[in-house]
Amino acid sequence: MKVKKKFKGLSDKAVGWLFIGPSVLLLLAINIYPLVYAIKMSFTNFYANKIGRVPEFVGLKNYIKVLNKEAIWEKMQVTASFMFWTLLLQAIIGLGLALLLNRKFKGNELLTTLIVLPMMLSPAVVGVFWTYLYNPQVGLFNYVVNFFYDFGSFDMIGSSMLAPWSIVIVDTWMWTPFTMLICLAGLRSVPNYLYEAAEVDRANKWQQFIYITLPSVLPFLLLALLFRGIENFKMFDMVVELTSGGPGSATELASINLKREAFEKWKTGYSSAFAVILFVTIFGFGNVYVKVMNKIKER
Amino acid sequence: MDTSRSYLEPSSFSKKIAAAIIIVYTVITLIPISWMVMTSFKNVDSAISYPPEVLFEPSLEGYVNLFTNRSRQSPEYLDSLPPPENWYEELVRSREMVITGPSKFLGRYSNSMIIGFGSTFASVFLGALAAYAFSRFRVPLKDDLLFFILSTRMFPPIAVAVPIFIMYRKIGLGDTHLGMIILYTVVNLSLAVWLLKGFMDEIPKEYEEAAMIDGYSRLQAFFKVVLPQAMTGIAATAIFCMIFSWNEYAFAVLLTQFNAQTAPPFIPTIIGEGGLDWPAIGAGTTLFLLPVMIFTIILRKHLLRGITFGAVRK
Repeated sequence: MKVKKKFKGLSDKAVGWLFIGPSVLLLLAINIYPLVYAIKMSFTNFYANKIGRVPEFVGLKNYIKVLNKEAIWEKMQVTASFMFWTLLLQAIIGLGLALLLNRKFKGNELLTTLIVLPMMLSPAVVGVFWTYLYNPQVGLFNYVVNFFYDFGSFDMIGSSMLAPWSIVIVDTWMWTPFTMLICLAGLRSVPNYLYEAAEVDRANKWQQFIYITLPSVLPFLLLALLFRGIENFKMFDMVVELTSGGPGSATELASINLKREAFEKWKTGYSSAFAVILFVTIFGFGNVYVKVMNKIKER
Repeated sequence: MDTSRSYLEPSSFSKKIAAAIIIVYTVITLIPISWMVMTSFKNVDSAISYPPEVLFEPSLEGYVNLFTNRSRQSPEYLDSLPPPENWYEELVRSREMVITGPSKFLGRYSNSMIIGFGSTFASVFLGALAAYAFSRFRVPLKDDLLFFILSTRMFPPIAVAVPIFIMYRKIGLGDTHLGMIILYTVVNLSLAVWLLKGFMDEIPKEYEEAAMIDGYSRLQAFFKVVLPQAMTGIAATAIFCMIFSWNEYAFAVLLTQFNAQTAPPFIPTIIGEGGLDWPAIGAGTTLFLLPVMIFTIILRKHLLRGITFGAVRK
């Protein structure tokens, strides 16, 4: 017999609202309201440093300006190539490390913890101390490179050819452990019986890798790349401290450009339009990516 | 034929090769961090010598410079001063300088502490409440709400920084501890809700139901039964929130200047005579990174969960 239980105190429904309410309100106030505000400003010629001047409605002018500006497309290209190389390197090295760590040799727990350290550090502070490592006169990085092959003096941060690589190297150094950890979880989730069955069918190790290991890790790797992709699309802190977007605008990622327009030139309306465009891009790409990822998972 | 080991166990030779490669990678990946720690114990001259010095005479000059402001003085003036009272004054005098006062570092460091702890506490508390409700109750539009909470993490910080800057200026929260605590609480909330929901899902419902049959109200059951059970998860979540607030730079550099500035925007501005004072930056970096490294070691079992918002569990 089922008896409707009656407990003392507030009803579950009331407790539910009481518990979720504050978080949602806070997110609305500090996250959604500013976003709506930004959208509103993006249709005006507002300058945040000119207090008292009434902004005018300018329609889509800011958006048209952003999309027609060649410099913006350059920044997008810099961002895209930064994302391409960091994600590619982190996928390959991360997966490789995970495969090696999955051999379960003695001490691999300790080594995993040590490898993970860089990604827990403050990106801005990491950026600062890499400027020291990259220093063309006294830097350790330059010394080590020249130790193996004498290139003579070179400046990773000062040369517009090398600077994009300088940020790729630091980001890869810092975040490869991220893909590694997630791939490792993927490898550990593969049930042993798959390999046992493969052995019975006389599949060699290479075939096992291609037909069992890789398809099982792929969804995990894609998830890791999604997280990294979003983060690197927004990348700001490490690069600001390392190259501050220079030399010229060789490493000026979208976020850094946005900061310059918004907080140095104070073109609030224009920069809001740019911010909205960036946000739509990240959201759109993210959604498509998740759909593709789920399709791959289903297979 | 060796039949004692299973097909699946890698051969001991391949294990050795794997271990060797991983050890080499670990050593290489730790060099930049070790180098910074080493630099913090160098003196200003040995930090800028080439080739870089691996063996050097340790010095605390970096740490002294980190915590003090100094000014250069003429030898005549230095001679006229009474003898130095302590070792650090002596060290500074040997560089023909005098200490003019404490530097801003301690203040920035404690700002990081205050804002970090404040926002961590708030986001874990609010997150635990929301996570419990999402885990146990039938909430209308639950999946949409959860996705909404997560999506707030996708905003580029710079995109919302301008409106927040204007908003904070209007209500007087600009460059204040409270303003930064609220901001970091909100940023961390998505992580806290998602992680804690995962942990709460793992606690059997039966515990609190039994307590409620014994006469506890829902609230009492939550505070006296569920929260203690979720302690490990709460601790792990708190550390993740703390690390985020501790490391955050974009909002800090845009929204704070004097009063509530945290350490990350401050460390890069440590300047000595004729350029950056590398031992002092090394010292600041070392002191700043130390807590995070300790936390990482404590957290190692929950790392995976934390970095994927609970999407991947071991």
